[in-house]
Amino acid sequence: MTASAIRSSAWKRYNWRLIWLSLLYCLFLLPAVYGFKHQLIPGALKYLVAILPALPVIGIFGAMGRYIVEEQDEYVRMLVVRQMLWAMGFTLGVATIWGFLDNFGLVGHVDGYWIVVVWYFGQAIGSIANKLTVGDAACR
Amino acid sequence: MENRLRVLRAERGWSQQDLAERLEVSRQSVNAIETGKYDPSLPLAFRVAELFAIPIEEIFVSPSRRSSKAI
Repeated sequence: MTASAIRSSAWKRYNWRLIWLSLLYCLFLLPAVYGFKHQLIPGALKYLVAILPALPVIGIFGAMGRYIVEEQDEYVRMLVVRQMLWAMGFTLGVATIWGFLDNFGLVGHVDGYWIVVVWYFGQAIGSIANKLTVGDAACR
Repeated sequence: MENRLRVLRAERGWSQQDLAERLEVSRQSVNAIETGKYDPSLPLAFRVAELFAIPIEEIFVSPSRRSSKAI
């Protein structure tokens, strides 16, 4: 098996998981929004329906972890892990600063799930950081 | 880490892609090792040594030996 085939197989599997989880996210989110908007969901079931769209998002984090495990190229894996560490640091930093600003009434309250978007943005920062410090970004 | 990978590869007329395929890593990895940007793990260093059929220390220069030479 060639190196590119090894790399692409781990990356391909990650992408397939991402597609399925995104479809599942839509499948859970749209009925939940409709159900809550029209008050169709009874009692305690509301909690379950509200949590369902979060599960595929958590699954995406799992898929990323799986990709790191399955990636056969140790150098690419190192770059991806560095990128994720940057993303994690950036996200925690933004969340902490925003939390204090929010607490002192200086900014508006933001829904917690936006943290995932911040994390993705942090990945881009991680990629730039890799380029600046290691001189390379993960090409998958 | 300083190494002779580029020389050994050139002696055999292999491109970085050729070597990458033989080692089952990416061309990006071979380039990073050759330029000293990345130190390979011990298993990968052994794979390199086995591929060229020479001891690891004839490919990778020990950082401690390199500094003692400088002194």
